[in-house]
Amino acid sequence: MKETLLEVNNLVTEFRTKEGPVQAVRDVTFSVRKGETLCIVGESGCGKSITSLSVIGLLPENGRIANGEVRYKGEAIHNLSAEKKRLMRGSEISMIFQEPMTALNPVLTVGYQLREPLMIHHGMSKQQATTRGIELLNQVGIPYPEKRMNQYPHELSGGMRQRVMIAIALAGDPGLLIADEPTTALDVTIQAQILDLINELKDRLDMGVMFITHDMGVVAEVADRVMVMYAGQKIEEGPVEEIFDRPKHPYTRGLLGSVPNVDDPTFELHPIPGTLPSLTEQIQGCRFHPRCLFAMDRCRQQVPPEDDLGNGHYVSCWLTREEAVSDGVGTNDEGTATRSEDAPLKVAQR
Amino acid sequence: MSTTFSVETPQVRTKKKDRFVVSTMKRLLKNKLAVVGLIIIAIQVIMALTAPWITSYDPATQQLTKSELPVMSEGHILGTDNYGRDVWTRIVYGAQISLVVAITAVTLGLLGGVVLGMLAGYYKKWDAVIMRFVDLLFAFPGILLAMLIIAILGTSLINVAIAISIWSIPTCARIVRGSVLSIKEKEYIMAMKSMGASDLRIMVKHILPNALAPIIVFATMRMATAILSTAALSYLGLGAQPPTPEWGAMIAQGQDYMWTSPHLTVIPGIAIMLTVFAFNVVGDGLRDALDPNMDLN
Repeated sequence: MKETLLEVNNLVTEFRTKEGPVQAVRDVTFSVRKGETLCIVGESGCGKSITSLSVIGLLPENGRIANGEVRYKGEAIHNLSAEKKRLMRGSEISMIFQEPMTALNPVLTVGYQLREPLMIHHGMSKQQATTRGIELLNQVGIPYPEKRMNQYPHELSGGMRQRVMIAIALAGDPGLLIADEPTTALDVTIQAQILDLINELKDRLDMGVMFITHDMGVVAEVADRVMVMYAGQKIEEGPVEEIFDRPKHPYTRGLLGSVPNVDDPTFELHPIPGTLPSLTEQIQGCRFHPRCLFAMDRCRQQVPPEDDLGNGHYVSCWLTREEAVSDGVGTNDEGTATRSEDAPLKVAQR
Repeated sequence: MSTTFSVETPQVRTKKKDRFVVSTMKRLLKNKLAVVGLIIIAIQVIMALTAPWITSYDPATQQLTKSELPVMSEGHILGTDNYGRDVWTRIVYGAQISLVVAITAVTLGLLGGVVLGMLAGYYKKWDAVIMRFVDLLFAFPGILLAMLIIAILGTSLINVAIAISIWSIPTCARIVRGSVLSIKEKEYIMAMKSMGASDLRIMVKHILPNALAPIIVFATMRMATAILSTAALSYLGLGAQPPTPEWGAMIAQGQDYMWTSPHLTVIPGIAIMLTVFAFNVVGDGLRDALDPNMDLN
């Protein structure tokens, strides 16, 4: 197993608002290894983007890491000075964004924007940076890189721009690449190419990739491991096969049930009812229970702990315990399961 | 998918920056009024630069035997003033003064305004302080503020330039701040930050070029205001002192001879009016030309 690149422990990210502090990320723990892609999945507003911004240190002015730590190659990076964080960005951790249309400066040439990180992080001369820039464009599969260097972003197609973005992100030789929905704004064929490119670069450069998406199809394509987030919390995490074959959390199952299946004519979409609660909303117990089809009394009262199901599969849901109980011990008369103390469960002590 | 392509470079190396300037100029030149303005400005600039060659007199030398000659007199196409000085010569040298004072004032004003506006827009914590200072400057009517500054610094053309530049700062700062506020939220600024770019680099190299259009328009319009204010302050005796051939000062001096020699006030008046008009229409034209979304039909 490869060395751990990024470790996030008990991360809590808070925003100052007029209504008082609001937690956008609640006690999230995860890690990314070298050469591995971790997909963070969840619907809009579940805190996945804020998690990535916390890692790279680019939270909006009213946001702050209230608790927990972020470690990169074993060193804490969440409490570095602004200047050190700045130098770390691009050279250790890089990020690519959703909208290739807007993530490039419209008034500067591709070459200018590509040279910039090279000159910042490697102290290259303009000449050297140009040479290296052309190499990078070549590496991300852009034909005629010399010509592209002198072009403006509006002269390139969406897919080309995303490739340029990737080239810029790779310019500082980062160990970790954060991709925040990099294919959402692209059409499907281009999407597949960009995903292939990210996969290939990850293997070649031995990078860790933190891939943020809400598209389960994309997850299947790129992920090694998947982390599902809901309302600021991690609810399930595991290797991609585990998550797709044996999803435990009702929300994960819901996400998978929301993907259309063209091969199966009888397939019906099963959307998850309701909407994501607002961040200020106080919910007792499991934060998903108001939308959960399987919610029990316990879910409304107690927050489910994280259970280790083995194989690197973790889930926070009372249901898994009930299933384990019903498999092993049985249920009581009302049909609702109660957990006996000797139930065969490994409670995660993390 | 293969990610490397064989590279044959087609020799297309047009300067794209020039292309932007050219397309803006093309749009500007479609605007007839702006073209008229540009021609007037060009004539004025040529007049100012070639003053010693296109006039045969000195703007300050008096010829009392030839005082108050009317327009189209022999040797004095625009006549002479009450001291016998050639009006054409004085108008031409006046163009020099107006342009130099206005360019100095606008440059200084832009410098102050851009720096303040940029800081206020970019750093939230400085915003309130800087903008309250700007509001303070706004609270004075412009010409009063200029008079106040001249009262403190003393009467001279340099002080007029300084006064007008200070008067330009608040408007410019507001315009720049507004642009910065919207530009800094753009994704490419975030992308640049995620690249490890410093604040200074982001402000100067990424935000400023994107905020340039309103600044250019403001500068052009402000040239008109600056020329008018220079004339106004000189007319009031706060700017150019005799015998400096400043247009406003010429009007002030000519007004005593309104009945006998109206050309002494009318001609500098026309010069001021044409210049101000020219800069205003060019500013208008630039605003339309720099905004490609504008419908020119």
